[in-house]
Order: sequence, then structure tokens, then C-alpha cells
Amino acid sequence: MLGEFVLFLLIMGAGTAGELCMARAMRTIGEVTDFRPLALVAVAARAMQVSWTWLGLGLMALAFFSLLGILAVENVSFVVPVTALSYVVGTFGGKVFLRERVTGPRWLGVLLVCLGVSLVLLGKR
Amino acid sequence: MTPANRLHLKTYFLIVLMVVFGPLGNLLLGKGMKQLGATASVTPAELARVLFQALQSEVVWLGIGSLIAFFVAYTLVLSWADYSYVQPTSAIAYGTSALLGRFVLEEKVSSVQWAGILIICMGVLIVGRTHPSTTEQS
Repeated sequence: MLGEFVLFLLIMGAGTAGELCMARAMRTIGEVTDFRPLALVAVAARAMQVSWTWLGLGLMALAFFSLLGILAVENVSFVVPVTALSYVVGTFGGKVFLRERVTGPRWLGVLLVCLGVSLVLLGKR
Repeated sequence: MTPANRLHLKTYFLIVLMVVFGPLGNLLLGKGMKQLGATASVTPAELARVLFQALQSEVVWLGIGSLIAFFVAYTLVLSWADYSYVQPTSAIAYGTSALLGRFVLEEKVSSVQWAGILIICMGVLIVGRTHPSTTEQS
């Protein structure tokens, strides 16, 4: 049970932190407007020169292997909704780390997500 | 087509890719892991053994491919849209994951869990309806 709890924490914490780092990296690069394969390779090459990208990839890899581990013992229809808790972490991260403006409706949505996640947990028992 | 329309169109297109490939990747990973059999404990040694076996499964690799496609679309859309906008709008994927789990993997999903999934989707849709960009790009 403790092992599963740690894996859930890693999926949510490391996963969201990794995505925030990637968002920061892509914001540094700027809007992608050319979607031809060679242009996308050039974007990937530029992204690889941003340190936030590497930090983000490392954290997301950690979250991915945690997801793989938890899928070995839990159903996918239980695991995936529970990881929606990362919306709370993501909203705080977006506000603090990326300085995004989080409005009232956005917080309301986050509260609904929390309620939904609680129901998913209760429904399993 | 105006630049604003073009921006919306490419945003929606990439979000559709995310909604398709994200749940598909999770489904394939779930199916691949189930083929390996039940795991009784979550000790580091047991996890290492399971992960080694998983990386030999074609279904797991298909799942990884789907998740890479999801990741590319996700990364590209983050180059122009807020993280706190993209993350919620892509959450429709959580509902489709549960549907795939129920109808493809034949997993049991209780009515309370369905209600929870519905509320999660409502919540993330409300978040997704807020202004998509609240910061200037650096």
C-alpha cells in the first residue's frame, strides 16, 4: 500500500513538474508555426539546448516508469482518473512557476476535479 | 483564414491528437502489463523484474509509441498556449481512457466512479473555457 502511494505521488508530482519544465522550455523557444518534418526536427534540436527540457524529460521519465509500475497492480480505469489530481498541482505550478493568471472559474474547475477524484477513490472501495 | 482562426485550428488539431494518442497509449500499456500477469507486491526488485519483462512486450512498445505521439503534440501546443489551458482541455482523455478500459479491457467501473469521471470532465471543461493565454511569451 505504501509502495502504491509513493508511485501515485511520483506520477502526480514528478509528472506535473516535468510538464511545467517543458512548458517553460517551449515558452523560451516561442510559437511553432512550421510543421514540416524538417522544421519540427529543428524545433526539437533547439529544445534540446534548453536546460528546462532536460529537467522536464527526466522528471517525466520518472513519472512514466511509476505509471508503468502502478499499472502492474491497478486497473487503468482507476489509475488514470486518480492521476487527474495533478490538475491541482499543475494549477499552482502554472500560477507560481509560469506566472499564469488563475481566475475564479479556473479554481472552480480545479475543485470539481478534486471532487471527481475523491468519488473515483470512494467508488473503488 | 485569419491568424486567430489558424491559431485555434492548429490548437484544436493538436489537442485532438493528444486526446486520441494519450488514452490509446494508456490502454496499450494497461493491456501489455496485464499480459505479464498479476504482481503481488510493489517492492523495487519486483518492479525492476516487471519493467524488464514489459520492455519485451510489443503491446507495451505500441503504447510507448502512442505516448510519444501524444508528447510531441503536447509539447508543440505548449509553444503558444498556456499550460493551465492545455492541461485541462486535454482532460477529455481521462474520460476516454475509462471508456476504453471498460469496453476494451472489460475492467469493472462502478457508477460512483463514472460519476467521479463525469465531474472531473466538467471541472476541466470549466477550466478550459477560461482565457487560453494569460502571459506574454519570453
